[in-house]
Amino acid sequence: MSKKDLEVIIATDCGSTTTKAILIEKKGDTYRQTYRGEAPTTVEAPFEDVTKGVLNSITEVEELSGRTLLDGERIIIPNNGNTGADIYVSTSSAGGGLQMMVAGAVKAMTGESAQRCALGAGAIVMDVLASNDGRADHEKIERIRQLRPDMMLLSGGTDGGTVTHVVELAQFLKAADPKPRLGASYKLPVIYAGNNKAHQQIKEILNERTALIVTENLRPTLERENLMPARHKIHDIFLEHVMQQAPGYPKLMKMVGAPIMPTPAAVGVMTEKFAKANKFNVMAVDIGGATTDVFSVFSGVFNRTVSANLGMSYSISNVMAEAGLPNILRWLPFDMDEQDLRNRLKNKMIRPTTIPQTAEDLEVEHAVAREALRLAFDQHKALAVGLKGIQQERSISDAFEQTASGQSLINLMDLNYIIGSGGILAHSPRRIQSMLLMIDAYQPEGATRFAVDSIFMMPHLGVLSQISEKAALDVFYEDCLVRLGTCLAPKGLAREGQLIMEWEIIDEKGKRKTGELRFGDLLHVPFESSKGKMIARPVKGFDMGAGSGGKMEAGIQGGVVGVILDGRGRPFEPAKNHAKRMADLKKWYKAMEMYPV
Amino acid sequence: MAHAYTPGLKVIPCTLLRKKRLLPIPGKVLVEMGQEVSELEVVAQTELPGKVFSVNVANRLSIGPDEIKNFMLKGEGDALNKGEIIAENRPFLKWFKTTIESPVGGMIDSISLITGQVLLREPPRLLPIKAYIKGKVVEVIPGFGVTVEAEGTFIQGIFGIGGETTGEIAVAVESPDEDLTPEAIKDIYKGKVVIGGKHAGLAAINRAIEVGVSAIVVGGIHDRDLRQILGYDIGVAVTGTERIGLTLIVTEGFGMIPMAEYTFKLIASRNGEKASVSGATQIRAGVMRPEIIVPGYPRDVTKCKKEQGRGWIEPGDPVRIIREPHFGVIGTVASLPPELTRVGSESRVRVLEVALEGGEKLVVPRANIEVLEK
Repeated sequence: MSKKDLEVIIATDCGSTTTKAILIEKKGDTYRQTYRGEAPTTVEAPFEDVTKGVLNSITEVEELSGRTLLDGERIIIPNNGNTGADIYVSTSSAGGGLQMMVAGAVKAMTGESAQRCALGAGAIVMDVLASNDGRADHEKIERIRQLRPDMMLLSGGTDGGTVTHVVELAQFLKAADPKPRLGASYKLPVIYAGNNKAHQQIKEILNERTALIVTENLRPTLERENLMPARHKIHDIFLEHVMQQAPGYPKLMKMVGAPIMPTPAAVGVMTEKFAKANKFNVMAVDIGGATTDVFSVFSGVFNRTVSANLGMSYSISNVMAEAGLPNILRWLPFDMDEQDLRNRLKNKMIRPTTIPQTAEDLEVEHAVAREALRLAFDQHKALAVGLKGIQQERSISDAFEQTASGQSLINLMDLNYIIGSGGILAHSPRRIQSMLLMIDAYQPEGATRFAVDSIFMMPHLGVLSQISEKAALDVFYEDCLVRLGTCLAPKGLAREGQLIMEWEIIDEKGKRKTGELRFGDLLHVPFESSKGKMIARPVKGFDMGAGSGGKMEAGIQGGVVGVILDGRGRPFEPAKNHAKRMADLKKWYKAMEMYPV
Repeated sequence: MAHAYTPGLKVIPCTLLRKKRLLPIPGKVLVEMGQEVSELEVVAQTELPGKVFSVNVANRLSIGPDEIKNFMLKGEGDALNKGEIIAENRPFLKWFKTTIESPVGGMIDSISLITGQVLLREPPRLLPIKAYIKGKVVEVIPGFGVTVEAEGTFIQGIFGIGGETTGEIAVAVESPDEDLTPEAIKDIYKGKVVIGGKHAGLAAINRAIEVGVSAIVVGGIHDRDLRQILGYDIGVAVTGTERIGLTLIVTEGFGMIPMAEYTFKLIASRNGEKASVSGATQIRAGVMRPEIIVPGYPRDVTKCKKEQGRGWIEPGDPVRIIREPHFGVIGTVASLPPELTRVGSESRVRVLEVALEGGEKLVVPRANIEVLEK
């Protein structure tokens, strides 16, 4: 069947706890997501077969849609009347996802490139080894031995350069004799993507003890990163080795019409397609119970990071440990005893499926979420950088502005779109809560559009986009994204109450709303129009994207929240003074109608 | 009849238990199929490869990496003692002589003529796996280990730290809502599994460590105390490898929470008997809860319950509320309304009605209760 004939698509995402199925049908010229079903994932005992959960979730879709999709344990392909689907696709992060260890000669150069390569392929990076990572050699070897990754990526050196460091890393690897996480009697797959001059030595050292795959150097020169060949190899090995060891996956691989993708890789693909189709700089975040993934596309460059221990249930206590209690408490408009907060968060950690019953408990979770989002964003900014170690040409005019190589690619003023997903953002009782959480955590500058992925459909659409980009984008716009609105935030600092901007927003029909923004204020203006325009006239010292005091006109998007005008300045931090902070938070939450009174 | 699926912690007077006892890497199984084993008996063991240390001979002797072969006194695979000379140069003047001693005992693992590095490996370390529970070997997994089966009392806690241990049960409090004080921990509790009531504070835990108690089982602890004991905050609930001097098991959660009466009475009924306990907790994929296992029947039980819990709840079932604002409250399910209900946080969720002892009824999200499995 040719791609243009796709009319009915069934897609699943096999998560750690839940397998989610969606049905997509072509209605006229447009693809729409019509039904969804979910069932517990069945990777672990007593089932130990992922396809059971897949079939259960599809059965739920069958029941809701009235369409017969299954013939016993087989998905009926192709569609015929009210029976079957034209293709079945799936992503997977069950059983802990794809876990990798990476190594590079120099931590900030090939080490970082290797990390970006693995993260972009959808992996969780368990550790980054490098010749200069500060650990003694025996500590590195011990670390390799302790971790049991699914595979390892070894890089180091530019093509034709010195081979010593990468050979040394290979020798450590051999000495550690690492074992893969699944299938203790199999050899650990190792992808070598380093200096091409060392191929022979690497083969001699590693061929016997590991399943070695040699590919192109991911950093052939200091000035160039070449991540795709190694990323493709990671995907191949994910399918050929790792998936083959996971319970039921060999069966699942026979059921799908396109290769199974690691869930985060699929989300990354969808983020890239969306950014490219709209010429936007985009950031997408998925905050889960255990981890927070951040994806960004800036000027066409894609980056992904995963903060493996920042999450809202299993890892909630780690957010407290990393952020510190004062940083969580600074978002609460009421006093809370430190011991009470500690015990509450630990109780959430040990009983991760519980939900806030009271508004106060919800506010505590929201406070933690802001910190988890902020910390994961900090980690993302640190990795989404230009290449380090490259030579830069400087003219005489640059003499007084010595910027180092490896600057972060994330520029908040240039960020056009933020998409949030994960329970706390997708299921907030009030949508404005999701939007303000992201504004507080990311502190966008200028005009930034916001949306949430209603039911975490981006993985399904990412894998589908490999088959039909149109189907994936249609559903993405029509059913996946819940448009929240736009945040207008002038950059700068002033005295409380000082006028900082005059604003105008105009909807598709030409209807105007105007007003003034004063420093320290947070305003909410309902605005539903999906396309609109804003005209901002910031005062001198404030920037909306056209420089200090520059008038700015830009496209905006309305939504279920509307427009939030953030006059709290940039950089923004809640007041240190307790009474002032309490008063501010109460004022802002009241203006936003954040919580029930 | 309305019912809802809610996993709960197991508190079972007598059940059939199966424990897989496996090595992390292949080794040798030391027991046979059908053999009766005691909790401390080693059922399988393997050799963990020794630690590897590196010595950069080329740098130390100021020679090229490919020249080191001329200066090595030992070859790959040769045995070594700590301090033994592995390489030396031969200068014209003996004052310039440099010798390189092995920092560890073991063997030469590899010599690299590309990096000039020599890797030394310590002797392998023996890793034994014990039976952990007294029972019978019902499965042998060649090269990896066995499954041991036993009938006995099985109680799961909600969170623990510290690994597997054994000891006689010693109930140190009168009732489940009594604090476990430092004074209540007597010297005779050395090597025992001490049962407390609602809470153990820092002083009580330190006293137990001082006495040499094997394990403490208690309703609740404060997170602040846990941090003090460990010296760090537990970020992710994956525990079992802590070494604080004892195993600590919490049955209810963090805070001052009386141990569920049923759990307390059951453990107390096995007072003086030998138990196997483990603090290992893992809350992500492959959920693992801390546990107390007492082999054999309690005095008043003659038949062992073999079936698993039914996995859902129905009106009349005893439950514990596990989230604010009623955290720790115990009652029975009064009803399970099917429709979504808006709770105080404004979320629309499935709820249930819990009847308390005094007749009061509370409406709680179904996600926020735990069935007390008996």
